[in-house]
Amino acid sequence: MIYEGKQKIWSEYQKEIPDDHYFYVRSCIRQSFFPASEATFLDITRNALGKDIFETEHHTTCGGIAYHSDTIPQETVMTIIARQFALMAKHGYENYVCSCITSFGLYCETMETWREYPELEAKIRENLWRSCKLEFAKPKFLVHASDLIYKYRNLIAAQAVRKLVNVHTGEPLKVVEHIGCHYSKMFPSKGVGGAEYPYVLVGMIEAWGGEIVDYPERRHCCGFGFRQYFIKGNRGYSLSNTHKKFESMEPFKPDLIITNCPGCPYFLDRWQYVIAESTGKTYGQDGHGIPALTYEEVAGLVMGYDPWDLGLQTHQVGVEPLLDKMGVEYDPAKKYLGMNGKDLGAPAPCSCLK
Amino acid sequence: MVDFGFGLVPSSRINLDLFDSEKYEQLAEMEPDVRICMACGSCTAVCTAGKFVPTSLREAIEDIKNAKPDKALQMLESCQLCGKCSMVCPRGINTRHLILSISKVYSEK
Repeated sequence: MIYEGKQKIWSEYQKEIPDDHYFYVRSCIRQSFFPASEATFLDITRNALGKDIFETEHHTTCGGIAYHSDTIPQETVMTIIARQFALMAKHGYENYVCSCITSFGLYCETMETWREYPELEAKIRENLWRSCKLEFAKPKFLVHASDLIYKYRNLIAAQAVRKLVNVHTGEPLKVVEHIGCHYSKMFPSKGVGGAEYPYVLVGMIEAWGGEIVDYPERRHCCGFGFRQYFIKGNRGYSLSNTHKKFESMEPFKPDLIITNCPGCPYFLDRWQYVIAESTGKTYGQDGHGIPALTYEEVAGLVMGYDPWDLGLQTHQVGVEPLLDKMGVEYDPAKKYLGMNGKDLGAPAPCSCLK
Repeated sequence: MVDFGFGLVPSSRINLDLFDSEKYEQLAEMEPDVRICMACGSCTAVCTAGKFVPTSLREAIEDIKNAKPDKALQMLESCQLCGKCSMVCPRGINTRHLILSISKVYSEK
C-alpha cells in the first residue's frame, strides 16, 4: 500500500467546511419528531464552542416534502429556496447550514440545476422579486448541520464528560451509523466521504470512543422514502425496508444507532415498535429495542446533558439500557415532566417492546 | 398482536449468484430467440390459459434470468401450445419452441 497515494485519493472525498459564521435553517419535521435536537445543536455550537450561528424566525420550510410527494413543481421549490437565500444575504451571511437532509439534498439539487441552466436561475430571481420583492445571493458554502458537528467533533470530545463506552465492561459501544440518502447519494461530492465512504457520522463515533458496526445492509435506505410512507397502501414497503436493515444488523448486537436525517431516526425508532407489536420480534437485549438517536442527542449525551432535556423520552424505543451502559445519571420520575415540572403523562405501555 | 392495516411485504430480493449461466447458454444454443425477447408482454396478453391460471412466457423468461427456474416451469406448465403468442410476438419469436425448450432444459436436474 502506498500511504501517500491513499491520502491523495481520500482528499478527493473531502469537503470544505468553514469554521464559523453560519446562517442556520431548521427542519419542519425534526422539531416535532425529536424536539430538542436543534436546540441542542444551537446550544453546543453557540454556547459551548462559541460559534456564530444565526437563525431567523422568518425562514420557512424548504418545500422538500411537497416536492418529493409530487404536489408542488420544482420551480416553486426553487423560489422558496431563493427566499431562504435572500434572508441569509439580508443578514450578512455567506455560509448556509441546514438541519434537514431532505433540505440539504434539495439545496444541492437547486444549486446544481442553476449551474446547469442559468436561464432558470434568472427566472427564479424574477419570480422571487415579483412575489416577495427580494433579491438573493447564493451561499458561498452549503453544509449540513452534521457536517458542522463532524467539523467540531474533536472540540466536543475535548469537552466531553463521558465516552461512547460501556462503563461496566470498559468496551466501546457498538454503534450503527445511518446516513440519510439525500446527504451524499444524489450529489456525492457534497458529502464528507462521498457516496462510497460517507464519513460524517463515523468521524463522530471514532472521536467519541465508539466502535463502528459494519453490516451488509449498512447503506440501505431507512424506509422513509416519502411516497412509500405517505400512502397507507405502500406503508408495508417502508416497514419492510427497515425490517431488512434490522435483520442485517441484529447479529452484530449494536448498542445504538446514530443518524443525521429527520426521517431515519424516526422510522428506525417507530418501526421497531410496529415490527414488535405485529410480529413479536425485538432487536435489542432482553426484549428492548435498539435506540436510534440523532447526532445532536449523542453529542449532548457525551457532553453531559440531562437525557430528558435532550428529549430522549420522545423516542419510542426506551433509552434507559443505553444510559445505564454509558453511566448516565437520570431520574426516571422526571421522564415525562415538562419544562415547568408539569406531568405530561406517560404513553400506554407496549405489549411486546420493553 | 396489533393489526396496523399494513405489514411486512415478502422480500423481492434476487440473488444473481444463483443464476445458472451454463443452463442458460444451453437454452440459448437451442433457442437463440430467448435473447431477443424485450418483455413487451404481448404473449401474456393473448394467452388463453393465462386468463384462468398464472401463465406467462414473459414472466417465465424473467424468472430464468432472476435465478428462479422452478417458478418459470410452474409459470409454463398450463401452456396448451396453442401458438397464439407466436402470432403476436413483435420480435417473431417461435414461442412454442421456446416454451418446449425451456421445459426441456430446466426440467433436467
